[in-house]
Amino acid sequence: MARRYSVQRQRGFTLIALFCFVLLYLPMVTLVAYAFNAGISTSNWEGVSLRWFHAAAANERIIDATLRSLTIAPIAGLIATVAATMAALATTRTAPYPGLTFKYAFINQPLMVPEIVTAVALLVVFSQVKVWTGYSGLGYLIAAHTAFCIPFAYLPIKARLETMDLTLERAAADLYARPWMVFRRVTLPLLWPGILAGFMLAFVVSLDDVVITEFVKSAGQETLPTYMLGQLRRQATPEMNAISTVFLGLSIAVVTLFFFLSRRKD
Amino acid sequence: MAGANRGITDLTAGKIAIKARGITKVFHGAGNAAFKALDRVSVSIRENEFFTLLGPSGCGKTTLLRLIAGFEYPDEGEILLDGKDIALLTPHQRPVNTVFQSYALFPHMTVGENIGFGLEMLGKPRREIAARVDEMLRLVRMEALKDRRTSQISGGQQQRVALARALAPQPKVLLLDEPLSALDYKLRKEMQVELKRLQHETGITFIFVTHDQEEALTMSDRIAVMSGGSILQVGTPREIYDSPDKRFVADFIGEANFLPATVLSASGDAAKVALGAGAEIVAGLPHGERPDGKVTVMVRPEHAEIASGTSGATLAGTLESAVYLGTDTHLNVRLGDGSSFVVRRQNDRCTEAGFVPGMPIGVLIRDGAAQVLKY
Repeated sequence: MARRYSVQRQRGFTLIALFCFVLLYLPMVTLVAYAFNAGISTSNWEGVSLRWFHAAAANERIIDATLRSLTIAPIAGLIATVAATMAALATTRTAPYPGLTFKYAFINQPLMVPEIVTAVALLVVFSQVKVWTGYSGLGYLIAAHTAFCIPFAYLPIKARLETMDLTLERAAADLYARPWMVFRRVTLPLLWPGILAGFMLAFVVSLDDVVITEFVKSAGQETLPTYMLGQLRRQATPEMNAISTVFLGLSIAVVTLFFFLSRRKD
Repeated sequence: MAGANRGITDLTAGKIAIKARGITKVFHGAGNAAFKALDRVSVSIRENEFFTLLGPSGCGKTTLLRLIAGFEYPDEGEILLDGKDIALLTPHQRPVNTVFQSYALFPHMTVGENIGFGLEMLGKPRREIAARVDEMLRLVRMEALKDRRTSQISGGQQQRVALARALAPQPKVLLLDEPLSALDYKLRKEMQVELKRLQHETGITFIFVTHDQEEALTMSDRIAVMSGGSILQVGTPREIYDSPDKRFVADFIGEANFLPATVLSASGDAAKVALGAGAEIVAGLPHGERPDGKVTVMVRPEHAEIASGTSGATLAGTLESAVYLGTDTHLNVRLGDGSSFVVRRQNDRCTEAGFVPGMPIGVLIRDGAAQVLKY
């Protein structure tokens, strides 16, 4: 019996799909599983325990790095989102003009320039600034994170603005709203899901960054990812798995939260 | 006799609400392409008037509306509102509100919040806003839906909310940009009546944009027919329909037959003209015009009759087809010179029409049934 032809049923698709899923999720499943390993190995299973979670929670260096990450990410995310919102408004609430494409590229530069280049450039410039000013606090990391977070915040905000009906803003102006009130009462509430998405993305990207942070950080300014990298160079224990598992759970929670928030706003 | 019931437009009747003088608007497209949307347009719209801008798409009617609303600025000319030039004011500075084609209701606000928005922006006290919102909801018969989201109401209801929202701040002039085009036929008919009632009850000047000639004829106090960025004729629906002064106007509104003719003599607002086939009739003259020599006259299909015999007929020809339309029958007559002429005849149940294609037939055009065109 000849089966009816369908584009959804092609030879080998199931196999390829399975392969991709295994590639995506097997490492994560392994990682999470060994976080609960009772032994010190990340490859030999020795029974279930919460030992490494307790160890991580008691490790002051981990707590210190986590707090630092959780300081930088919201501040950098917030500044980047404000800048991205303004950039998105400026690049969508205008008739197309020559040079607009260049502006998009300019804003999205961090997506295109290899991160290592930016990292080295920042290292060189910031070391100069450190000498001049004598300041060596978290400001450098926050500034660097803000810069590379902007395109991640910009893209969802711009996408939202582009699908928004311009007539609504016109209607508000027609009903005696001054430009600022048009923005506050109409544009901003309608843009909110996009802004929220932009902030979440920026937050996660900042939390996750290794390369630029590694180059820019001063002594003693470990963030969670750079601390983990440092630890792995010595000995890999399931403590790393435990931290990663908490991280994973946190990001799933954040994404779920955002999903429900944006649905409610729509 | 011709044009006796024409009622020449009296510009002194009623105060002027909006006066546009020499408005030119050019849009610059990609490259060097420039499009003249309005070309030295002047028009006066009276207070408490239902005024319609009628024309095909691209004629400039929406541009004129947007200039009055403040969404565009004219390249030349001035727009006077109560004698004050508002052409360069921003939309929020003008006591003019708009009902948009897409309604543009704020999706994140309730029906009540939408209606109160304009008053809130004007800084009115809370209690006054609440009272006025309720009054507006009553006016458009939507009291029950005050706390609904705008996405939870039907298209016809959204239309009413848009109207209430624009009327709530009591603007001097209400602008309506093809607001009925998204509604189905029955609802559209209903809203036509509703709009007329609202205009009557509020006493606000309505400027209505449409490409639908029937809508314009049924609702308007006066109509401005536009084409190619200019206003061709302004008048009451009856003036526009019965006495169009240009071929475009006659053609755009209703159906029309056009006949070549020669002016023999003119007196007052009527002229004796000789039709191509030889018959002489009395036709109306365009307001203030005295054309002579070769002209075109226009006859509406329902203003012509079928002659009982060919001897008393104004025009002679053969019947090409008779199309039964329920209320009327359209008789397509092929005239002697090869052109066609349509006569519209109202049907009744008693007489058998007895029209057979190919039969010789005479068309009778009574004195005053025809109109001489300017061009």
